[in-house]
Amino acid sequence: MAIVRLRGQLEKLVGSSELTIEGGTVTELLKALEEEHSGLEGWILDERGVLRRHINVFVNGEPAEPDSAVDDKDKIEILPAISGG
Amino acid sequence: MTELLVGTRKGLFVLEGEPGGAFEITTRAFVGEPVDYAMRDPRTGRLFAAVSSPFWGPRIWFTDGEPDGGDWQPARGVALPKGGTEALKRIWVIVAGEADGVVYAGGDPGVLFESRDNGQTWQLNQALWEHPTRPRWRRDSGGLSVHSIVPWPGEPDRLALAISAAGVWLTDDGGASWSHGNEGIVADYLPEEARTSAIDLCVHHLERAPLRPERLFLQFHGGVYRSDDAGRSWTDIAAGLPHDFGFPVVLDPADPDSAYVIPVTTEDRVTDGRVVVWETRDAGATWTPRDRGLPQENAWLSMLRQSFAATGSGAGLELYFGATSGEIFGSGDAGASWFGVASRLPAIASVRAG
Repeated sequence: MAIVRLRGQLEKLVGSSELTIEGGTVTELLKALEEEHSGLEGWILDERGVLRRHINVFVNGEPAEPDSAVDDKDKIEILPAISGG
Repeated sequence: MTELLVGTRKGLFVLEGEPGGAFEITTRAFVGEPVDYAMRDPRTGRLFAAVSSPFWGPRIWFTDGEPDGGDWQPARGVALPKGGTEALKRIWVIVAGEADGVVYAGGDPGVLFESRDNGQTWQLNQALWEHPTRPRWRRDSGGLSVHSIVPWPGEPDRLALAISAAGVWLTDDGGASWSHGNEGIVADYLPEEARTSAIDLCVHHLERAPLRPERLFLQFHGGVYRSDDAGRSWTDIAAGLPHDFGFPVVLDPADPDSAYVIPVTTEDRVTDGRVVVWETRDAGATWTPRDRGLPQENAWLSMLRQSFAATGSGAGLELYFGATSGEIFGSGDAGASWFGVASRLPAIASVRAG
């Protein structure tokens, strides 16, 4: 299982800053996260199952894509993207 | 004491004050996030805010406590069907229904949500979502939005909607089925040959006269219209206005012959150097300018469709409108005179008064 770290609004919704979730790719892991914690439904993935545009996912500190592989013990962080201008 | 709920590009502002006097900003909430609409349900006192987070998506929040408190809760079910090809983009309006516990919300892409538990959980109206004409609905520059929801006082199953750009929609069976109410509306942005069968009608705002519910007023994308048959057909009443373009319209609930509009130029969608609210008290036969106290030179303001609000009625009708330049103007005497309520706010998307 991967270790998912949550901050801010997501942490508040789940009531925990760290979870363990199973998933072979980033998208699979995020879907599993929503299924296990229904309060997160729609916050990270939209209704189509697409990662929201201004959300970044990191795997072991490296920026990841929706189809990036996730291995056992990987550390996943879900963060708002930089914005402004 | 009047409460103004002001949705802006950078959060919700709550202002309190007396007409003609100073208004104080008492609360900021959702700081830095776009708040497209906010309203307080007069039946329960519950406060709602439609927030379009650029990160976490569009959502309805509600609280029964103080607006600056920490007990805002995200409502559940404000979403399109999972696994489809579209995602909810924005909530444009939230309206108290007629039946106990019923609240409606409209949004983009042309969707209506209904709650039966005072706004905690919501369901998508399937009949509108699956309407066979939907492929002919057209997005305008603001999206494809259900922005006006007008219940029928005392008749919970009767409802009218306006969609930009898909015209007026009516239901008499609580939303199980919907019919079009567009007869008489002329879309001069379409070729003449296409106008009679057009469904992509860019209604900007819709209001119902509560004391005569079969009467509605509509600000169109070029035209101001009145219906006396519950929205089935429409008569253009824009003659006498300096421009027939505008976004919001409000009514005096005590007078079914009343309406207020803020005309802007067709070319650039701003006031033409002067800010003037126009009032009719004869159902649109004549219009009277109401500009005492409003800026009369070098004023190029833009007011969005949800940014004009009324509370009270008759001679004590209070009117408030906000501009994308962050100013709010108010009147405590049904538009006879105006005063500055606030300035230097972020761009204003909506104003509700109560």
